[in-house]
Amino acid sequence: MEITLKNLTKIFPSRNKKSPDDVVAVNDFDFTIPDGKLIGLLGPSGCGKSTMLYMISGLQKPTSGQIFFGSDDVTQLSPENRGVGLVFQNYALYPHMTVLQNILFPLQNLKGEDKLTKDQMLDKAKDAARLVQIDELLDRKPSELSGGQQQRVAIARALVKMPRVLLLDEPLSNLDARLRLQTREEISRIQKETKITTVFVTHDQEEAMSISDMIVVMKQGVVQQTGKPQDVYDNPTNLFVAKFLGTPPINVFRGHVAGSMLYIGSSAVMACPGVKDCEVYVGIRPEGFILDPAGPFENSLRSVEVMGRDVSVVFTSPDSMNPTARAIITSESVIDEKSPTVRFSIKPRKLFLFDFASEKRIRFEVK
Amino acid sequence: MADIVDSKNQWKAWVYLSPAIALLLVFTVWPIFNTVRMAFLEGYSGLMNVGGAKFQFGIGNFRKVLQYQRFLSCLKTTSLLCIITVPISTILALLIAVCLNSIKILQKPLQTIFFLPYVTNSIAIGMVFAAMFNIVGSFYGTQNEIIVTAGIVNNIIEFLGGKAVNWINYGSTYLANMTVMVIYIVWNALPFKILILLGGLQSVNKQYYDAARVDGTSRRRIFSRITVPLLSPMIAYVVITGFIGGFKEYTSIVGIFGETMGPADDAKRLNTMVGFIYDSLSTNSQGRSSAAALILFGIILVVTLINLRVSKKRVHY
Repeated sequence: MEITLKNLTKIFPSRNKKSPDDVVAVNDFDFTIPDGKLIGLLGPSGCGKSTMLYMISGLQKPTSGQIFFGSDDVTQLSPENRGVGLVFQNYALYPHMTVLQNILFPLQNLKGEDKLTKDQMLDKAKDAARLVQIDELLDRKPSELSGGQQQRVAIARALVKMPRVLLLDEPLSNLDARLRLQTREEISRIQKETKITTVFVTHDQEEAMSISDMIVVMKQGVVQQTGKPQDVYDNPTNLFVAKFLGTPPINVFRGHVAGSMLYIGSSAVMACPGVKDCEVYVGIRPEGFILDPAGPFENSLRSVEVMGRDVSVVFTSPDSMNPTARAIITSESVIDEKSPTVRFSIKPRKLFLFDFASEKRIRFEVK
Repeated sequence: MADIVDSKNQWKAWVYLSPAIALLLVFTVWPIFNTVRMAFLEGYSGLMNVGGAKFQFGIGNFRKVLQYQRFLSCLKTTSLLCIITVPISTILALLIAVCLNSIKILQKPLQTIFFLPYVTNSIAIGMVFAAMFNIVGSFYGTQNEIIVTAGIVNNIIEFLGGKAVNWINYGSTYLANMTVMVIYIVWNALPFKILILLGGLQSVNKQYYDAARVDGTSRRRIFSRITVPLLSPMIAYVVITGFIGGFKEYTSIVGIFGETMGPADDAKRLNTMVGFIYDSLSTNSQGRSSAAALILFGIILVVTLINLRVSKKRVHY
């Protein structure tokens, strides 16, 4: 089911008399979610991504704008008539029901033509349980399950009606690191098997990047960028997106362009043809550094962290926006830890320029 | 588990506890013990005890109490009031709590209004109820029918074209008396139950309701399959305390009928178990009084055990 969001806006009226400004949770959101894909809504907390999700589900009504499922305008429909499955952040499993009863619950609500016999319901519930691999646990109560198992039950309950759209609110935030890794693969597998259009919300960029077919990066209710995770990572439209995606985060330096040459401090780092002389922010991905004794970018070496697969070089620069900057190089590289300085050359596609005032990307031709 | 207090210093703990223990011994343990003792001394009476009389040990007091017609009438009235008022007040309180919880405006003032009976003296409420159900002046016509009524309830009934009912005055029926009592007790029991249930409702995670809405659950099903089970610990609590309170019913009847515990022509008609215990005490039959108290204790114990047993399967903690 293709979901089209048109000029969607949600304003929460101010409840605080001292500051009468209304809170704009989602501002003029325009996006089409393609059919059968897994979409990650990504942003820092408070950016309106959960509000977005609740508006798609129908639990919250948009202040203005429209929502289409396929060609149906569902903006005014109540949640039960939209055919959505929603998995809540803390799962909201009914604590007094067993796993099976929880999964059966949405089916028992069906009325009229859709009404199922007991056997049909049981079959469907068991299918859903099998899909998320909890068919052994059907007689347990939610309190007797681990976090990951509860998560699966919640997904089974959302899927059992075969919704047109599956919505997941921070699906992994309550799981420990190892389970998170496993569950995100699980979600991706379930989505591929069912081919249900799935939207999930997360503040963890790694989570979003790893399983989404497409990500939407939001900030303060405004969409910053949409696209395939790799494209957004490789080609951020502004400083916020560049900083938000990637672990370790991008290194940001203050620099200036003079005569189509980019300077950070006094180092002439790279040629940037076509860019007018101006002050800029320079973002360089940690993997964009090449250890090069003859390289143009000189910095003071702070420490070297060996991670096994690769090596993290921590260095400082008076022009860095952060106390330290970090470069990741392969472990084969030889680095003299005693040396007070370190020199890099920069991979041109890993370096981005942003306007100093607007923080928008300044594009230039890379040779 | 490790001792919190070092065993060498345990005497200190006992010293700190001693004032409370002394008070409990004097005002709780000893009276209980003494009640049991008096109940099993046949024909025990405080006055005769002072006179140096010896009493035989046995179950004569119990036998006597159970043979009293008056006691059986008290037992019947008390049980009836309990069985009728506890379910009604619980269901009403649940509905009111759910409604209060779902409205946004006026919730606080309404909550206060519903809570008022709780902070009002029950004798005062009883007198107001008596006035409301009264036929002040008891004006009777030639055929003994009521001509003039002054209580608001009868005024309303007559305004609606009905016939005035003699609720609580001379010549009223047991059914009429009980109806007034049920209304009074239910009304009086509501605030506490609403308070507990509303508190329970407000602590229920709203996401359960959001989840139910997304799944298209009807309001009725949300109530029966989600709200009630999630509230079940609170419901069990108000039912159990309701039954315990109900078996100890006394002041409500004094409030409406005065110490006669019934209409003028049939005093003690609405006497309750506690009323019986009180009456026996005032006639210096402490033995019988204690026996009746122990019977009441036994009844409350059994009813509570049944309640706990029934709720075990239905209450989800």
